[in-house]
Amino acid sequence: MENLERILLEHPFFAGFGKDFGAVVTGCARNHKFDAGQYLFHEGDAANEFYLIRHGRVALEILPPGQRPVVIDTVPEGEIVGASWLVPPYRWNFDARAMELTRAIGIDAACLRGKCEADPKLGYEMMKRFLPILVQRLQAARLQLMDVYGKRAS
Amino acid sequence: MSPAGVNTALAADAFLPEPYRVVAARSEIHDVATLDLVPISGAVPAYLPGQFNMLYVFGVGEVAISISGDATNRSRIVHTVRNVGAVSGAIAALESGAVLGLRGPYGTAWPVAEAEGKDVVIVAGGLGLAPLRPAIYHVLANRGRYGRIVILYGAREPGDILFRHEVESWRQRLDVSIEVTVDHADPSWHGHVGVVPRLIGRASFDPAETVAMVCGPEVMMRFSATALADAGVAPADIHLSMERNMKCAIGLCGHCQWGPDFVCKDGPVMRYDRIGKRLTLREI
Amino acid sequence: MTAKAIIGRDGLQALLDALAADGYRVLGPALRAGAILYDDIAKVEDLPAGWTDRQEAGTYRVERRDDAALFGYVVGPQSWKKFLHPPTERVFQARREGEGYALVAAPEESHRYAFIGMRACEIRAIEVQDHVFLREPYPDRSYERRRADNFVVAVNCSEAGGTCFCVSMQAGPKAERGFDLALTELVDGARHDFLVETGSERGEAVLGRLPHRSASNAEISEAEAISARTAANMGRRLDTKGIKELLQGNPEHPRWDDVAQRCLTCANCTMVCPTCFCTTVEDHSDLAGGTAERTRRWDSCFTLDFSYIHGGSVRQETRSRYRQWMTHKLASWIDQFGESGCVGCGRCITWCPVGIDITQEAAAIRADDRRSTEEKRGES
Repeated sequence: MENLERILLEHPFFAGFGKDFGAVVTGCARNHKFDAGQYLFHEGDAANEFYLIRHGRVALEILPPGQRPVVIDTVPEGEIVGASWLVPPYRWNFDARAMELTRAIGIDAACLRGKCEADPKLGYEMMKRFLPILVQRLQAARLQLMDVYGKRAS
Repeated sequence: MSPAGVNTALAADAFLPEPYRVVAARSEIHDVATLDLVPISGAVPAYLPGQFNMLYVFGVGEVAISISGDATNRSRIVHTVRNVGAVSGAIAALESGAVLGLRGPYGTAWPVAEAEGKDVVIVAGGLGLAPLRPAIYHVLANRGRYGRIVILYGAREPGDILFRHEVESWRQRLDVSIEVTVDHADPSWHGHVGVVPRLIGRASFDPAETVAMVCGPEVMMRFSATALADAGVAPADIHLSMERNMKCAIGLCGHCQWGPDFVCKDGPVMRYDRIGKRLTLREI
Repeated sequence: MTAKAIIGRDGLQALLDALAADGYRVLGPALRAGAILYDDIAKVEDLPAGWTDRQEAGTYRVERRDDAALFGYVVGPQSWKKFLHPPTERVFQARREGEGYALVAAPEESHRYAFIGMRACEIRAIEVQDHVFLREPYPDRSYERRRADNFVVAVNCSEAGGTCFCVSMQAGPKAERGFDLALTELVDGARHDFLVETGSERGEAVLGRLPHRSASNAEISEAEAISARTAANMGRRLDTKGIKELLQGNPEHPRWDDVAQRCLTCANCTMVCPTCFCTTVEDHSDLAGGTAERTRRWDSCFTLDFSYIHGGSVRQETRSRYRQWMTHKLASWIDQFGESGCVGCGRCITWCPVGIDITQEAAAIRADDRRSTEEKRGES
């Protein structure tokens, strides 16, 4: 457990998190290894965990019927995959596939939600970390939507 | 009178195009072509990375196109053109042996001299890689004069990556860092998916000692510039290549005005500290 | 110290004759189709004797005077840019030759103009255009040729127009430079002649060939009084203090939306303005594709495709285009050329079909400056 806690606190997402909160969150955490091509989760699955990517890379995909999957984002090491665990109905909206051998720490969503309910200060610390990431990704997604490289763009 | 019958005294007038012959034409990605041009008489004028020429198609019209080749190669001028209208479409369709008219070079240049001794971050989006290629050639050919060299390139999808073989060969160098991203891809693409500004935060350079050069669609440049500034690069060290309607390219027709600047002569390469606020003004 | 002389109507005729004899194309004001325009003149009788103009926002009328003054009006819809920077001009003609083409020289035209009746604001406007077109490293050779030999006979306005504000722009009403001869018309029941000032050696030489006499001190004072009275009666005022920062600092001012409700983007203002210089080019070829021609013609930033780049125009809304024109004229021009682009001639006010008044728009923004305190102090 102590080793996992240290690894967790070393991840950039938890920079400055503090040992007390670290211990609490580690209680919900476990190690994962995904082989290249393996899916972390599929669209429609219950959002039970979110992942801190330690090594490797994860592609976020959506599959239009009758076509190959469209990769809409890639998440490298040092970043996180998954925010749907935060909001009901706690369901994934895309597929997540390991592009290469990927090691991640999975944090159990129900466990963490419970601990945040019990300690709002912990909850706020988690929110402060998630929101900038979400805002950045929303902005990036909007830019992608604009299709700036398409003809007649800009 | 030269063989093509051009009265060279006339052609010295800045409004009159010089005839150039296409000696090589190659198709890049769909609707984009690269032409190598040689003057029918006289020498290729000296030019700087970042400058542009007005290319004239007999009877059709003229369009401003950035030079996309190696500025030290004085045997030819290279242009990469995308078909987005009558003139550019006509140019992109030209074959070896065709003649077109050329006026130039015009405009301000990428600050490759100013960047010596510093880290260089080059941020290209889509066709924006073409006007930046002469700067890339320059810094790579003079590698010892620069610190870290970082090239960040974004395209729509993997099939739209311009100069793919060259990008791959630059990638193979051990003294340059290149990241390529696309807006979306299918799973056969093993690289980044996402927008170029997101690559900036992850790149390795010393923002206090960096000169950044950005070229691409204006939206992409705007957000890349803010990402560079957020990363700590001084706005005066961020340079964008702007584009506006041009008719004369010499500051007399008025079309390219953007705020108080004429993009043809106060640009196209412009400093972000001068233009940052203007980029956010609607329809200025 | 310029010589001051008096010439009569006969002297004026002798002046027109002398300039024509010297090979100049003599151009001056003439009444045409209800307006005073610039055209070829040969005789004093060709001038609009006894006419004046009544100008207000969106209004221009010629009216009979109760005297026979030859220059008793101000400026009409045309400016001398009609000759120096003509509305259309061939840039080149090209002829296919093998795979290439040959540029065919345009015939060298002689452009020796004698401009009769040029007002102080117009002299200033030509100076402004000189600074646009004669800049290194790319002077406009065509403009250069047309400007190379101009003989200017200025006229000091004896009345101010309803939309005039040359005083605000320090461009008149009295011509201080830029002329070979300057006339002030002295007309009342008893006499009708002209005080003549020389402004160049060439002007002095021509004056020497005309019947003239020295001006008396009384006549000199009378001419000065005329100019002073004209200066005191300007139809409009424009406060130019800090106007560059004011307009460049208010790009989102609601006044731009307000004027956009009225502006038709008809481009009249740019056509009549003596300093507006924007042009576009057109390329034509004949049906067989054997010859091609490029023509340059006046253009206006008010047109929708003025700012077109692949797929759309940068300035689509009327609001943006009006803002561009006015900010360029009064503010950006100063960044570009070190001086204002406006000479206060009032043409844009008179010839706007809906009577938009540049002085009024500037005053409205000044009265409601939306810049922050730091910006006003020049700190942001």
